[in-house]
Amino acid sequence: MSALQSNPELAIAPSLLERGLIPFLLIGCVIALFLSCLLGSTPLPPDRVFAAFFGGADVGDRLVVWSIRLPRALAAFLVGAALGLSGAALQGLLRNPLAEPGVLGVSASASLAATFSIYYGLVAFSPWALPLAAIIGALGATALLALAAIRTQSVITLILIGVGLSSFAGALMSLMMNLAPNPFSLADMINWMLGSVANRSFNDIGFAAPFLVAGAAILLLSRRGLSALTLGEEAASGVGLNLRNQRILTVLGAGLATGASVALAGAIGFVGIVAPHLIRPFTRHDPARSLIPSALFAGLLLMLADIMVRIVPSQSELKLGVVAALLGAPAFIWIAMQRRAAHD
Amino acid sequence: MTSLRISDLSIRAKQTVLVDRASTELKTGELVVLLGPNGAGKTSLIRGALGLIKPASGASELDGRAVASLSPTERAQLISYLPQIRPLAWPNRVRDVVALGRFSHGATIGRLSAEDRAAVDTAISACDLTHLQDRSADTLSGGELARMHCARAFAANAPLLVADEPIAALDPRHQFRILDLIKSYVDQGGGALLVLHDIELAARYASRLIWMKDGRIVADGSVEETLSADRLAEVYGVSATVSDTRIIMDGAL
Repeated sequence: MSALQSNPELAIAPSLLERGLIPFLLIGCVIALFLSCLLGSTPLPPDRVFAAFFGGADVGDRLVVWSIRLPRALAAFLVGAALGLSGAALQGLLRNPLAEPGVLGVSASASLAATFSIYYGLVAFSPWALPLAAIIGALGATALLALAAIRTQSVITLILIGVGLSSFAGALMSLMMNLAPNPFSLADMINWMLGSVANRSFNDIGFAAPFLVAGAAILLLSRRGLSALTLGEEAASGVGLNLRNQRILTVLGAGLATGASVALAGAIGFVGIVAPHLIRPFTRHDPARSLIPSALFAGLLLMLADIMVRIVPSQSELKLGVVAALLGAPAFIWIAMQRRAAHD
Repeated sequence: MTSLRISDLSIRAKQTVLVDRASTELKTGELVVLLGPNGAGKTSLIRGALGLIKPASGASELDGRAVASLSPTERAQLISYLPQIRPLAWPNRVRDVVALGRFSHGATIGRLSAEDRAAVDTAISACDLTHLQDRSADTLSGGELARMHCARAFAANAPLLVADEPIAALDPRHQFRILDLIKSYVDQGGGALLVLHDIELAARYASRLIWMKDGRIVADGSVEETLSADRLAEVYGVSATVSDTRIIMDGAL
């Protein structure tokens, strides 16, 4: 206490920043959500958006806001939040800033199952076939990882299993594209693999939401153990962490949340790496505390990227996943090059 | 009085016997040093005793309750464990790392209860880290890092401490400082089991020495009873002259 009293600035300054982080991000998200409703192929002035929100305005405006722009923006936010949360949690678990659902093969497996449902025309039977398939794919990968997590002590092994899963899913997807029965299903598959939140409805969101909420709840309830893992697995067990349960809960939570995000938008990479990386310094590098801000920030980033996708003039609309990868992949390489050898 | 009792503990990895029917005890009020050459099974014995690996046979009990039946939290409240020091995953602040020692008490770092905060403050000042507590841990020297990990272990306020090579790679002054910290922990009623490679320091600080070779405990007793030139030859394969707690090593046998 004596040091805190003798140097009050040191003690107070960071805590203000830390406390302000979540409100600041929340305000940013609300602004971005509102901006998403204003901007698009035909910009709506703010007064008409407000009117549409509260049931006034004409039918056309209300349709644009409530059926097109708001669900789309909300989908972008939820997908980003799910990926940011999963990324932050997996990074805490694996003690590696490069971990994210993509690295563990969860995104790829979910995409594979979604592509599978397109290939076999299951989507024609029910609009729910594709989202369900994505979640089954993510849970399949998750179950395999959870099983491996029980048997192995090594994080490297888990990452290698993820790499294997990703490659295998990628190979099967290429095979299906190779054998695609007609150009229409090929176009559908490519659309899916590129990742987008265009034309999403509240129905689509409603279907992904239960899985997303379940995954987020598991991750948030088990986040305290991620702090202990900062010390390494052996020392984390030493301070009283149940390592096995922690691994299972984090992998399961991230699997559910990621599956829900793939169900909503297809595969969108790197936001799960970039957001937690930028947030971490503001949460004193504590993985547990970085979860909620990372989710909000990743949601904000994807909403902004989606606005960009809509207003950039181009012949066919850019895909959100493409833009996210164009911005995220260089950031990934940069983060990787910052790593020091000491951190294996 | 808290005690960790190990009886007939054997640990195997596939066909290899890492620990062979080891029996010993650690009680509050004593500073026990576990000695033995590389590969003697010291770390395996510790991990088995703490229930971090499953023993092939035998038992390890904390205050009469099987360690395996305790939850990790219950165990951590009774024994602090300092494994060989590994780099931290993130550049956390020193104070936050020390606060992780309160994990078994339900502490969330960043939102410590008054009791947790008091324990962390006491540990930080005991380990002379007050001026460093807001520094990022990746800016500390080796000696400062070792002190930080000691403070983390002390912050748990557990009656027993098990530390695996807590003074490896430290300069002589820091070796003394860390052992002095552990000694004062023991003087205040704690019990410590340390793995050391410096036999002379072990002899100076230990109230008891446990000698291990090839997975077996070959001697367990006071320094006077167990430290001899013959023992050093038998356990470490070195020729040495021993007078009181002074040891002069002449070379490998």
